Amino acid sequence: MAILAPGFLANLRESAWSHIMNKQLALYALDVARSLGASYADARLIKTVTETVETGNLFVVYAGESENIGLGIRVMVRGGWGFATARHLTAQGVVFAVTKAVEAAKASSRILNGRVKLAPEKPHQAVWQSPFNIDPFKISTDDKVNLLLECEKLMRKNKLVKQTSGLLTFTREKKLFVNTEGSDILQTFITSGCGIDAQAGSHEHFIRSWPNSFGGQYESAGWEMVKRWDLLGNSERVADEAVAVSKARQCPEMVTDVILGASQLALQIHESTGHPTELDRVFGEEENYAGASFLTPDNLGKLQYGSKIVNLTADATVPHALGTFAYDDDGVSAQRVELVKNGLFVGYLTSRETAHELGLPRSGGMMRATGPGFTPLVRMTNVSLEPGDAGSLADLIADTKKGILLDSNYSWSIDDRRHNFQFGTEIGWLIKNGKIVEPVRNPSYWGITTNFWNSCDAICGPSEHVFWGIPTCAKGQPCQAIGTGHGAAPARFKNTKVGVAKPAEDKPKGGAHSKSRSGHHHAKLPRHNRHCAGGSK
Amino acid sequence: MITQAKCKKIIDLAIAHAGDRVSDMLVTVFEQDQATSRFANNEMTQNVDTSSITVTLYVNARNRTAVTSTDNTSTRSIKRAVDKAIEMAAVLPHDATTLKVLKPSNWTEDSAPMFSRYDPRIAALGPDDRLARVKSIVEVARRGRLKAAGIFATYLNTFAVGNTAGLFRFDQQTNIECSITMLSASSSGWQKGFGCNLDTVDPVALAEGAAMRARKSRNPVYVRPGDYTVILEPSAVLDLVSFLYGDFTGTEHWYETSSFLKKIGKSVLGDNITIADDASHPLQTGFLFDDEGMNRKKVTIVKDGVLKSPVKSRRSVKYLGGSPTGHGAAPTASEGEFPMNIVIAGGDSSLEEMIASTKRGILLTRVWYVRDVDPNTKLLTGMSRDGTFLIENGKVTRGIKNMRFNQSVIDMLKNVVEIGQPVLAAGEETFPAVVPPMKIEGFRFSSRTKA
Repeated sequence: MAILAPGFLANLRESAWSHIMNKQLALYALDVARSLGASYADARLIKTVTETVETGNLFVVYAGESENIGLGIRVMVRGGWGFATARHLTAQGVVFAVTKAVEAAKASSRILNGRVKLAPEKPHQAVWQSPFNIDPFKISTDDKVNLLLECEKLMRKNKLVKQTSGLLTFTREKKLFVNTEGSDILQTFITSGCGIDAQAGSHEHFIRSWPNSFGGQYESAGWEMVKRWDLLGNSERVADEAVAVSKARQCPEMVTDVILGASQLALQIHESTGHPTELDRVFGEEENYAGASFLTPDNLGKLQYGSKIVNLTADATVPHALGTFAYDDDGVSAQRVELVKNGLFVGYLTSRETAHELGLPRSGGMMRATGPGFTPLVRMTNVSLEPGDAGSLADLIADTKKGILLDSNYSWSIDDRRHNFQFGTEIGWLIKNGKIVEPVRNPSYWGITTNFWNSCDAICGPSEHVFWGIPTCAKGQPCQAIGTGHGAAPARFKNTKVGVAKPAEDKPKGGAHSKSRSGHHHAKLPRHNRHCAGGSK
Repeated sequence: MITQAKCKKIIDLAIAHAGDRVSDMLVTVFEQDQATSRFANNEMTQNVDTSSITVTLYVNARNRTAVTSTDNTSTRSIKRAVDKAIEMAAVLPHDATTLKVLKPSNWTEDSAPMFSRYDPRIAALGPDDRLARVKSIVEVARRGRLKAAGIFATYLNTFAVGNTAGLFRFDQQTNIECSITMLSASSSGWQKGFGCNLDTVDPVALAEGAAMRARKSRNPVYVRPGDYTVILEPSAVLDLVSFLYGDFTGTEHWYETSSFLKKIGKSVLGDNITIADDASHPLQTGFLFDDEGMNRKKVTIVKDGVLKSPVKSRRSVKYLGGSPTGHGAAPTASEGEFPMNIVIAGGDSSLEEMIASTKRGILLTRVWYVRDVDPNTKLLTGMSRDGTFLIENGKVTRGIKNMRFNQSVIDMLKNVVEIGQPVLAAGEETFPAVVPPMKIEGFRFSSRTKA
């Protein structure tokens, strides 16, 4: 043990002191787990602070900060898993929680097909900080409020706009991971999110948002991302487009070439590539809720998932993306894993447990939990479509004789095996002879995953490639919502069915119909009753 | 499990520390002890036993409201959260529409139901008790040469509300939840139970129901998409109708975003449809007061197809008139109110009678990933899942491959031809509600899928 200089403890800043104390508690949890018979244990001590400012119709509708701290303890006893959370960060609180986890693991061990085994991972000792330039917690609350209210005023310059809103949210998470194999990893994450939207229309309300729908864009970055997305500079355009959609005709039903805008393509990747490549789903562990996958192991290395230009990867090492980290919640270092190479299905998202089960030598490092109250699951990192050679979006439009550009997700649904999907977007732009000719309302497209990806004939280049963040990916029971990243540049899909989600012809048009924001109806629940439903799952 | 005295102490501490720095303040305490045994492939895959608490402070300082929350109930942490909220509120713009906190009155009198929603037998269940239930479910699977996946979970929920006007409300409830999927090589079946009382959820009966559906839907066939007579089991009804809940709120009428705008007093659904929000209904779950501490009143939202009244918060009645109904969320403008205890009136048909009276139709156990795609007509899309059957000449004849639907839920509720007895149904898109099975004409399937 190191000998401390006199006065050392007194001079320690409070945060450093509490870190040392808490680390001792985390290590103590491992000792207790071992003494109670655990063959493996890990402890995650996590402290999270989140600041959110939300405005609506020129009022501050929410300004607040939440703080959470807890110790999640996962243990394996006789090959069965148990998990518990210590709310009280005292020796007594830790013993209480570890005992509960061990009791749960013992119960698990009595109904197993075989003992759980983990793919090997060498112990890591590391300290890591996600990169950022400007600490968002050092920007004053009134600057944040003023930015959003200024955006709302600009959006309301168009008098046909009916509703406006804005959102800024920032999280600082400090996570210590220790396990009985000797890993000792401290990671600090700064995450920022920003978004604005406008609704227009008489009786029928149509929405446009920026930089993305459902709260905006999320990145592993600081205040600089808010500046980069230039909410002020896009406010008037967003408002004008909401008005344009409200006056546009219904998207016609047709089979045509579809160009997906990058943020919509990000969700397409999330739902039709990310989820079906989660190996725990493939093994049936999510059958009761999130579902399974058509990408069974007999397809690995054989299935032509997409066209030759389709390359999809899971890369947790990309700076500033929402699914980025240095080590996962199995203590495995971040990696870049190929999922689809030249159209061929070649890889899975894995954990130490599922990697061993498939016979892989090492986990891909995709195990994550939503805070200390949850046990980790196989989650997407940054599952992305590699850029292609189709140049800019303008180049791709110019190269399209007849088609439609679909931008900003509005509605999303896919079956429990991830075959049959249907998406809707905020806006569609009809393309004729290489030019955008008119906007359409309520556009939607439908497809079967492998048919769709095999119809991909053009992907824009690196200049259009953005790592979009989805903050609410839902999975597991109890349900966990977590952030994932998806790099995408606009891409074209040939002969796609469009306009499937249209009102039936025999229904009366007009009247007092109105539009509430898709997926947001659950956001009105009191916070403690919020359900995972409404997120992406 | 936290005590009433401890909740009161936390709330009193926060209020005392704020002192005259705030105009008024609301404090809520929500604690949940949750234990979930999760299984798949006939083995236990996860077994978690967790506890969480959130203390939330809504601070109004001269008509500027900021919100802070913490899961640390130490004196130091609560005081820090109060100070932070006051610091944030100070820089916010003045909001003249800010409401003062609710005073204790006849709206906040204790409204305990005739029965308890706290079952000590649920609170006493431990990992071995959960194991015994999982084993009994897996035994049903093994007997039928099926694979079981799902959860058996228990919840102990505590909710307390207090404010600077002297209001204090407290309640504790238990919940039990069991969701089971049974799988054969070519098919699946699903059942889910939820309740406040141990006797309301029978894992073996649910397992047998799921197994029966998996067996009956073996080797499913394709049927052509199109308009069908469908029979929806209660969970499927719930997960579709829940997309109307927002339209039933005063705030959506005030903001002019409800699908039923300016239709109060008019026929909006079929004349056989009556929908209420009734927290005291004997089959319901949840707390009897809202986030501001007001009693949740019974509200008849739709009576015989006619829209009677949305649920209203103290804020929305300022614009809509009438009285608040006790469905308010926390006092921020974005939250509004929400119907948390929907009850759809039943009819006199049994599920068997609905099937017997159907010449050709489809029986849906469960819908999945439902989203609204054209909110102007409340057009929803989603998939069938875990037990989709063809009905021919009054009999369930075989399983069919899952299909995608594109169907307006408003039109659906205009085309209900038979209604069964309501049960406390649990789905995946929303929280449980009291909902009957329904037989519906002209339900539109748009495409099919492989599984």
